[in-house]
Amino acid sequence: MSHKIIVPIGPYHPLQEEPEFFQLYCEGEKVVDIDIIIGYNHRGIEQLSEGKHYDQVAFLVERICGICSSSHPYAFVLAVEDLFGGEQKVVPERALYIRTIVDELQRIHSHLLWLGLAGHFIGYNTVWMWAWKYREPVLDMFEMTTGNRNSYAMFKIGGVRRDLKEEDGPILKKMLDEFVPALDLFRGAVMDDPVIQARLKGVGILTRQQAIDWCVVGPTARASGINIDVRRDEPYGVYNRVDWNVVVEKEGDIFAKTVARILEMYESVRIIRQCLDKIPKGEIDAQLRDVPVGEGIGRVEAPRGECFHYIKSDGTNRPVRHKIRAPSFMNVASNKVGAVGGSISDATITLAAVDPCYCCTERVAVINKADNQKVMNGWDLIKLSQEKTERLKKELKA
Amino acid sequence: MMIILKEMFYYFVFPGLLFGTGIGLLAGWVDRKVTARLQWRVGPPWYQNFVDILKLFGKETIVPRGRAATFLLAPYLGFLSLGLAAAIIGRALINPAVSFAGDLIVILYLLTMPAIALIIGASSSRNPLASVGAGREMKLILGYELPFIMALATIAIKSGSIKLGSILTYQLNFGSFFYSWSGAIAMVVAIFCAQAKMGFAPFEISEAEQEIMGGVLIEYSGIPLAVFKLTKALLLYTMPLLLVVLFLGKDLHPLFIIGKFVIFLVIFILIKNTNPRLRIDQAMSFFWGPVSLLALAAVILALMGK
Repeated sequence: MSHKIIVPIGPYHPLQEEPEFFQLYCEGEKVVDIDIIIGYNHRGIEQLSEGKHYDQVAFLVERICGICSSSHPYAFVLAVEDLFGGEQKVVPERALYIRTIVDELQRIHSHLLWLGLAGHFIGYNTVWMWAWKYREPVLDMFEMTTGNRNSYAMFKIGGVRRDLKEEDGPILKKMLDEFVPALDLFRGAVMDDPVIQARLKGVGILTRQQAIDWCVVGPTARASGINIDVRRDEPYGVYNRVDWNVVVEKEGDIFAKTVARILEMYESVRIIRQCLDKIPKGEIDAQLRDVPVGEGIGRVEAPRGECFHYIKSDGTNRPVRHKIRAPSFMNVASNKVGAVGGSISDATITLAAVDPCYCCTERVAVINKADNQKVMNGWDLIKLSQEKTERLKKELKA
Repeated sequence: MMIILKEMFYYFVFPGLLFGTGIGLLAGWVDRKVTARLQWRVGPPWYQNFVDILKLFGKETIVPRGRAATFLLAPYLGFLSLGLAAAIIGRALINPAVSFAGDLIVILYLLTMPAIALIIGASSSRNPLASVGAGREMKLILGYELPFIMALATIAIKSGSIKLGSILTYQLNFGSFFYSWSGAIAMVVAIFCAQAKMGFAPFEISEAEQEIMGGVLIEYSGIPLAVFKLTKALLLYTMPLLLVVLFLGKDLHPLFIIGKFVIFLVIFILIKNTNPRLRIDQAMSFFWGPVSLLALAAVILALMGK
């Protein structure tokens, strides 16, 4: 069996409908190597952000990803508030609670979305449809709190853009109560189903050491037994004022990743409930003006892991430098470990199990070649592009 | 001359190709509708499968470079062979007296042809994904044929015949095989095998759109693809009907036949919608392990007269 074939997944993923390219080198059904090629969707968000003033950037980074559309603006406003002395100091209490509620609602909707997709990937379309059906009420909750189902436009520097109505609190609690039985249903359907266990247990294992080596973050890391969570390690919002647990699983296989995400949804429900109980009355916006000179950092635990924003300000109304690192960028590369050695059937779900979000990731390209492990960073790409421009110029002149 | 025309009618119109495909497409609609309702969707109108096929007939046929002849003829091989099986089973149901000795074995062969046709067609398309799909289909055949043959053997032992007509008359006189231990076990085995033969989840491994993007069918388009879809529809008619003949063959009033047909159909649909797709090695060990053991138990029980 030395006859290698290449099974292409991409450049346009047939299921995730996102631009990425996995080349699986297969011998029969067995995956012996994998090339991960991203960089099909470079949008130049960081560059764009340097041309906009701070209030506009919050809307811009919201559009990095439609799924984590509160994580990116949250991390961005955290970075700017860092210049003012830190979120906890400048932002009014009520706004902190509202921010936490939106952040956790987003986690629930993102995990449900992934759960549905995971079902679809292993050919279990009923789970797919059910997960997305129960995601609808979560989107309704979003509409109630933020006015939008996606792209919430909720975060602004110094607070939030929209207050939570007094009468909405009990309704949100009731909707959460109705949502929990659905969550129980999934816990039963996924965690006790023997066929699902047969498909997911022991598949795509990322050991603790491998997880550390490949720098994975978020549920992908927590499913491999690494106890990290920005919400606890460097609390923002009101995460240090509510009672919740970091879900850590040890096995590192896809089943553990699934379980970790399902259990995290329960924790999110707990957090939102406590926030709704404790939320104080008061202002929602600190009316911050004139961003001071300096460098600020914002870290947020997005549904996929740590989302990092860096802002450099020179005192004008625009950031001089805005750097973003999305969680999927760290997680996608770990597929090199997870998918190799399994069968094609396993590879599909393994590639999806890190909950890859390409629209977050696509701001720099990494090319992993099977033979020489060549890695290209943004600067190499710029050089390539400059060389190409030079070449084209010469050709056009000639 | 009249006899030839009559046989042609049986084969092409009723209860063979035309009728079988029509019912199969309707059954396919039931499948889509029930699936949709299970998933809180609305589902298509009843004629959806018919217009889908009609649309495919109007599409361009793209033939990959390579073995064009086998690529184009393979779909018809599967479809026409399966039509013959449908005609034989249908005729035996209408009039048990006309069936011929050994037609059970003929049907066994004919029912394998759609899968063989898929393998031939996929292999001649020279697409790597199709070849993966063809390999999976091949392994799947090896998996489910053994227990399927044993399930049929159980029936043959119990009725003492390999003729559909006598199997039916035996059940008319002594009650359906389903009501005996060996018959019930053999029916469970046959349902699993039929699920795999029809390529329904958890055994839609050779197509697996999420993994190999349609696998065996990836290069097909236009009329050849439509013929493969028709073969699928015809399978959806033939397999439940065969199970009715083999295991629930007592009351042959048309209404009862329709009722039993629908029962089998619903069982297939429910299995399909409550299971994720298995990996090919898991499917193989499932068929060669528990299912084969069950089938063996059925054969032994049948030999003991239970």
